[in-house]
Amino acid sequence: MIEAINLTKRFGNLTAVDGISFQVDEGEVFGLLGPNGAGKTTTVRMLCCLISKSGGEARIAGYEVGKDPDSLEIRRLIGLVPDNVGLYDDLSAYDNLDFYGKLYECTEEKRKANIQRLLTMLGLWEKKDVLVGTFSKGMKQKLAIARALVHDPKVLFMDEPTANLDPESSKTVRDFILDLKKEKRTIFLNTHNLDEAQRICDRIGILNIKLVAVGTPQDLERSLSGRKTVITLKEASKEVLAALKQLPLEDITVDGNTLTIGVSNPEEQNAAIMEAIVKAGGQVISVNITSSSLEDVYLKLVRRTDS
Amino acid sequence: MKLSKSWVIAAKDFRTFRKKRNVISSLIVVPLIVAILIPLVISFAGHRNGQNGIPATELLTLLPAFAFFYVMIAAYIPTPIASYTIIGEKVEKSLEPLLATPTTDGEILLGKGIAAFLPSLAAVLGGSALFMAVMDLVTRSKIGYYYFPNWNTAAVMFLLAPLAILFSVELNVIVSSRVSDVRTSQQLGALTVLPFAALYVSGELNLVDLGSLSNLLIIAGVLLVVDILLFFVSRATFRREEILTKWK
Ligand SMILES: Nc1ncnc2c1ncn2[C@@H]1O[C@H](COP(=O)(O)OP(=O)(O)OP(=O)(O)O)[C@@H](O)[C@H]1O
Ligand SMILES: [Mg+2]
Repeated sequence: MIEAINLTKRFGNLTAVDGISFQVDEGEVFGLLGPNGAGKTTTVRMLCCLISKSGGEARIAGYEVGKDPDSLEIRRLIGLVPDNVGLYDDLSAYDNLDFYGKLYECTEEKRKANIQRLLTMLGLWEKKDVLVGTFSKGMKQKLAIARALVHDPKVLFMDEPTANLDPESSKTVRDFILDLKKEKRTIFLNTHNLDEAQRICDRIGILNIKLVAVGTPQDLERSLSGRKTVITLKEASKEVLAALKQLPLEDITVDGNTLTIGVSNPEEQNAAIMEAIVKAGGQVISVNITSSSLEDVYLKLVRRTDS
Repeated sequence: MKLSKSWVIAAKDFRTFRKKRNVISSLIVVPLIVAILIPLVISFAGHRNGQNGIPATELLTLLPAFAFFYVMIAAYIPTPIASYTIIGEKVEKSLEPLLATPTTDGEILLGKGIAAFLPSLAAVLGGSALFMAVMDLVTRSKIGYYYFPNWNTAAVMFLLAPLAILFSVELNVIVSSRVSDVRTSQQLGALTVLPFAALYVSGELNLVDLGSLSNLLIIAGVLLVVDILLFFVSRATFRREEILTKWK
């Protein structure tokens, strides 16, 4: 549904997005994860035909981004929740949505039905006649999402839809995105919230000017080779540590009586570790396997590209 | 290009103007003051030294120029409202979602043009009608008949003023979509009055006869051509990307 090949954007001599390639299938929720200034907004703006690209190609539903007649078709097909909500404060919630419905040339019936459905889903129907200027940030954000959906777009772009929202509003928005996913819409989501990306995205791309990694959250976690086994002993004696050093383990950190051991394959290696500990006279109190989190992967990748 | 879409944009702007007191007052105040102040000045002038005001013969040379005065007002009135239609969207950051809709540059520019044109036209026509009525009241006793309306004022009201408004609206839309702050936009926009002020002064200096209907029609013809050209210029200079990225 969305395809980018070597997509690049330069502002003067600053390269904001550097040759990124990825593909998003129909009905998929794709998250673009990256720190401030990584080029997330720039990428979305290029895909929405709002700014030109400096190089590479991109297609949405087969239409070419950057070609004139095609960009009109693309805009017909997509919905955008920009990073600034950009609502009209002097119009009511209903009128804001109705204005956009008209620009997408929806029939009056369709507009009415969609506006009512969306506002109801987002808990804003009672406020439909209230001026948007009086809305809270969370309400505005939800309204901006509703606005992007008035015309039933096939593809929805969202630029940090939960930034600046309190936990409860974030949850409403996230749940709403999950509902949209059930409707088989393709969703492209910019975020710097790892937890959010992990919870709602089918696949994640980690962006830091270049696209550093792409995959399912699980893939990415696994990609940071191995997981960790955390063992708490009654006493971390020299003998135990010496015995462990004999094993082909990646790294061992000792914190009091707790050992954190990097293992690439815990299912097989943990047995050997236990055996070595017991043979050396160690007494095991607890054993835990932790996988490296998406956070570890993210931080590692982003730091690597920064340096 | 679909006219209906431009109209949707204009209709949206009309609704937001209603809430903007400074936009409304910018439309009403000047025409109202001019419509009342000038006739008052005329009626009180020349009363000193026991004289009986401005004599009728002199009035008849003064009055034709006042008709053209409204062309100047027409060029001035749209500046605040026309720059607001674009700058307002920039300030509310609503251009990004608007530009993401399948609306063409031409449709947006025409919509903005209509939004600024119609209220300005209403203000100028209302103001000039009031001006003529008050002026008639003040001068009737002197010259013995109602001077206004006449063919010249008809040409001014229904031809020159609309074309001057259009001229000003187009220039202001061009300026405000390219500059990056409100004040520059308003200052540059106010320059649209200059050519008309120059004409008005030339009229007063008897370099051009603005009392002649054929001269007014020639000016209108030139203005029409310029207006048409300006629409294409505005479309050619509308840069979506700059509008989005150059605004702080
Ligand atoms: N109009 C512009 N002119 C010059 N540089 C720009 C422009 N827009 C963005 N940039 C630069 O491009 C880079 C990427 O910006 P972008 O807004 O895409 O980042 P982002 O990932 O969305 O960040 P954030 O998380 O802060 O929203 C930044 O270094 C930014 O300064
Ligand atoms: Mg951003």
